[in-house]
Amino acid sequence: MKAVQGPGHKLDGPTSHGAGPAGHPAPALSTRAAADTALRTRRWGVNRSRWQRRAAPYIFVSPFFILFAIFGLYPIAFSLYLSFHNWNAVGGLGTMEWVGIENYAFLLTDPWFWKSLWNTVVLLVVSGLPQHVIAIPLAFILNSGLVRLRNLFSSSYFMPYITSTVAVSMIFATIYGTQYGALNAALSWLQQHAGLGWLFDLVGLEMPVNWLGRAPYIKPAIAMLVVWRWFGWNTVLYLAGLQTIPRELYEAAMVDGAGVYQQFRWITLPLLKPIVFFAMTLTIIGNMQLFDEPYILTNGTGGTSEAGLTVALYLYRTGFEWLYMGSAAAMSWALFLVIVGLSFANFRLIGRAGLERRGG
Amino acid sequence: MQRLASWPAKVVIYILLGAMAALTAFPFYWMFVLASHDRSTIFRAPPPMWFGDAASANYHRLVGTLPFWRNAWNSLYTALMATATTLFFCSLAGFGFAMYDFKGRDALFGFLLATMMVPGLLGIIPYYLIIKWLGWLNFPRALYVPGMASAFGIFLMRQYIASAVPADLLDAGRIDGLSEFGLYRTVVVPLIKPAMGTLGIITFVGQWNNFMGALIVLKEREAYTLPLALRSLQGLISTDWGALMLGTALSVLPLLMAFVVGSRRIIEGLTAGALKG
Repeated sequence: MKAVQGPGHKLDGPTSHGAGPAGHPAPALSTRAAADTALRTRRWGVNRSRWQRRAAPYIFVSPFFILFAIFGLYPIAFSLYLSFHNWNAVGGLGTMEWVGIENYAFLLTDPWFWKSLWNTVVLLVVSGLPQHVIAIPLAFILNSGLVRLRNLFSSSYFMPYITSTVAVSMIFATIYGTQYGALNAALSWLQQHAGLGWLFDLVGLEMPVNWLGRAPYIKPAIAMLVVWRWFGWNTVLYLAGLQTIPRELYEAAMVDGAGVYQQFRWITLPLLKPIVFFAMTLTIIGNMQLFDEPYILTNGTGGTSEAGLTVALYLYRTGFEWLYMGSAAAMSWALFLVIVGLSFANFRLIGRAGLERRGG
Repeated sequence: MQRLASWPAKVVIYILLGAMAALTAFPFYWMFVLASHDRSTIFRAPPPMWFGDAASANYHRLVGTLPFWRNAWNSLYTALMATATTLFFCSLAGFGFAMYDFKGRDALFGFLLATMMVPGLLGIIPYYLIIKWLGWLNFPRALYVPGMASAFGIFLMRQYIASAVPADLLDAGRIDGLSEFGLYRTVVVPLIKPAMGTLGIITFVGQWNNFMGALIVLKEREAYTLPLALRSLQGLISTDWGALMLGTALSVLPLLMAFVVGSRRIIEGLTAGALKG
């Protein structure tokens, strides 16, 4: 980026604001007064443009800071304040009652909170990790010279990302139907006609599976939807990252006799680390706030024995259905701390090494 | 780049890629199939895999149960307003950060980047209270005003403007007597149209699909956007999957078509923004 030139640069130039164009010979009829006026106008014009130039950037960037103060900073501060109060939101702000850390103390003993946190972390792992485990090799394959229809494939994987989670969750709700869903239809075909019946016995899967009605199946159902929705996004991200790795590295490795697996293991993976860190951070922040999918799939309840109750869903129900605003605010802070902790762990595990590599 | 010489390996890879694409596309296909069936054929084993003839009946039940087109208009209006305001405020601020040297710039920009790390859920309850206090419940502006100068958008715009707008051009404009805002309007905006396109699409899609925010601030059916309308349909007539899937299809279709037309640009723009960070 090039910074703006020094202030002297344009002061000498003529401005169209002034009445008499500078550098033109003064008109013969000009009196002292007229010349004065012209000079003042030109000075004023110069001052105005200098002032403008100094003030403009502040004015240009100010909408963000004003909006953030109102809709970002203030809410965050207020939610902290609220988290130390008991308040049911119906009676107006006057009915807020200071309770100290009681909301936080309650959270620590609330089995539903721990359950929702457990659910969220389990979902983070079972829906977050597969996205990357699928996306990285997929991007590697797509990026290798032999795939012609690269854009077609990557676009088709990317498609779920642009469609709404509500619409997509509705579709998956029909796919997960017990008697008439597409997934059970496919599974029973595999069981009866593809000779995979032994596998079903081995796993102990009893057909038909009540995906959204029975507790053990709710998390896998949510996870499959999340993976389906996001693996393409990650693939595209990794694909873009792979394109920044110089081809010469691969060529040199091939000269040294490295196979495809060795190239993947020793060139692609290490050089991709900064992007893995970035993509994992996004996954952590996003999945820890998982709301739409469990809300739609469990019809807003969290499902049988709260198996699909995420922290975000519990927070919503606490605050907006049961109107315990103080507890909900405390919950949002607890969640924030967990997200910070996980992001930090991710940084220690992947980010630091990645950043060092990039720097060196 | 590395090459696999043997053709069996290629066949395996193409089958794998094709199968993944089919798995990705199947739910959309199934959505259109169910949208064209009524109850009697949907609840039949095995489930229908080809289109039926009940689409218009489903449509009549859909618009009979919901103010569907009113909700669709709400979605469109909210998304368009979000897009227009975001493009304006973000490009203006991006211009400010990219092309001016002013006191506190780096600190302000660092602060802006830091705000991107704060999860949205943290302020969700006060957000509702503010909207209620402003009297904006049930108004589209409750959804688009808070995010119209988004940190992400400003970041994207700053990166693009810094690389696409030459500083000399701005000085030339100043010599021609343009005001600073005039520079933005006549010099900068025409040069950053590709980035505007990307940010516009991201914003439009994000707002069109916004569910949680809408759930919190839109309380009346007339004010619902499409995700909320579909959700209310799920509660009302949970067995009428035909009408529900038709509504879902109608809400997804515009974005799908836009994506088919502009997928490459969308993907390139998104990843360029992500990777420069």
